[in-house]
Amino acid sequence: MYFESLAALWDMDGHGIYVWLAYLLTMCPIIVMVWLPIKRFRQHWRWIEAESRRSGIDVGGAAGESAR
Amino acid sequence: MTEARDIDILHFCRSQTLRHLMLMVRSPSEVINPLLFFLLVIVLFPLGLGPDPEQLSLLAPGILWVVALLSNLMICMRLFVDDLEDGSLEQLAMARVPLSIAVLPQLLASWLASGLLLSLVSPIFGLMLGLPLEVAPVLVASLLMGTAIMLLLGAVGAALTVGVQRGGILLALLILPLYVPILIAGTRALNEALQGGDPTVALALLGAGVTGGLLLAPLAIAAGVRVSLEL
Amino acid sequence: MWRIIHQFGSPPWVYRFCDKVIPWLMPITIVALLVGSVWGLLFAPTDYKQGDSYRIIYIHVPAAVVALAGYYVMALAGLVSLVWRVKLADTAMRAAAPIGAAYTAIALITGAIWGKPTWGAWWVWDARITSMLILFFLYVGVIALFEAYENKSAAARACAVLTLVGTVNIPIIYKSVDWWYSLHQPASIKFTGESAIDPSMLYPLLLMIGAFYCLFAVTVLLNMRAELAWNHRDASWLKQLVQGT
Repeated sequence: MYFESLAALWDMDGHGIYVWLAYLLTMCPIIVMVWLPIKRFRQHWRWIEAESRRSGIDVGGAAGESAR
Repeated sequence: MTEARDIDILHFCRSQTLRHLMLMVRSPSEVINPLLFFLLVIVLFPLGLGPDPEQLSLLAPGILWVVALLSNLMICMRLFVDDLEDGSLEQLAMARVPLSIAVLPQLLASWLASGLLLSLVSPIFGLMLGLPLEVAPVLVASLLMGTAIMLLLGAVGAALTVGVQRGGILLALLILPLYVPILIAGTRALNEALQGGDPTVALALLGAGVTGGLLLAPLAIAAGVRVSLEL
Repeated sequence: MWRIIHQFGSPPWVYRFCDKVIPWLMPITIVALLVGSVWGLLFAPTDYKQGDSYRIIYIHVPAAVVALAGYYVMALAGLVSLVWRVKLADTAMRAAAPIGAAYTAIALITGAIWGKPTWGAWWVWDARITSMLILFFLYVGVIALFEAYENKSAAARACAVLTLVGTVNIPIIYKSVDWWYSLHQPASIKFTGESAIDPSMLYPLLLMIGAFYCLFAVTVLLNMRAELAWNHRDASWLKQLVQGT
């Protein structure tokens, strides 16, 4: 490691606040960017599941597996 | 309009241009309002910045070009609206003449009534802001070409937003970023002329912009009009 | 060639492609991001001129690079959608626009934070930052245009036209902003030359650029999968897949 102690890593000669702020502000949108489509996909998936169960129509012989 | 199918393109363009010019003569407010807007905004700057002529003449190139940009935006907002409403845009799309050429007469008419007029009276506005009369030719030349490119680019945005609710502010968002190079080249030409430098580089770039815009923009305008008509 | 295009136009094929690629691309992305960040933050040496604030480069430059590349990806998808009328290209374009805008925003924000200790100001009208800001507006314009149309397939075509116009204009905008900046250059501001960057600083940067590209791909694929699942919620192939689990 380049830094001698955790405190030095945190402080980075007074620039630490900028560096860590930049990384934090980058991390937040990235997490949102990844999480949103996953959440949306799961919702759609559940919707389709519920819909096909409600209508009772079984498509293409996957009934045995879905009954499990 | 209907007889256009059997006549050649040049004739079609001439009659279309005349038609649009006639429309403008009949409602002169559409021609005069952008000019008044231009004048009004220019008056606001000395009021906001103070009357010091030296400071004003320093800022004049930027002020003139930004205001020209904005008044051009106003013209673009009206560009295809009436034609879409009364159905003549649809007629245009069905004419035998390719749509990318068929939209040009309207642009030419708009430019004659806005860009050309604005460029010709711009030295007066320049004088009000303390620009010396010697730079007037450069001002007129740069505005002549700049307004032409802005109209071509703005027409692309206008074609895409004409069918949209509250398309005006959207249009500004779409095309103002694309105006950046024109603004830079235009103010550069003026600043060079003011400082006794050589404005030809910037003017040549604007000329290249006009050529490139005339080649490419009609295709995009036609595609945009088609999208808007299918709504 | 035609078969490939046809396959890209087939929703089940693309859906399965997304499903197959995401599970291994996602871990790669996360690992690369973590390794790159730790390497850049903890192990890369300090820049002797800028001190430790230069470590922001490991997110600023990758975000900026991928934001620009993202616009071209979007324009390519727009071209495919215009010429071959492939609906999936619409989906890809729609997914890429907000992600690209987010990347541009990241580049701008990190640039501002970097500017404070380096130049003493949060915002400096530097050529690169200004170009990035204009790119941000181009992205926002595409998103706004897409949202303004009720009919989404028309919206996709309108956006395709707009992105293609933008693609022609981006090099011109970048060049003109460079030109503008070189003429107005303030004397005190100097950027450390990237050509002189030391390998010990360069490798983590390259890794981070790769990681950001992967992240872009993963997020576009995730969005496409979600979009596909919704658009084809009545299709039998999708119901089969859902019931098969």
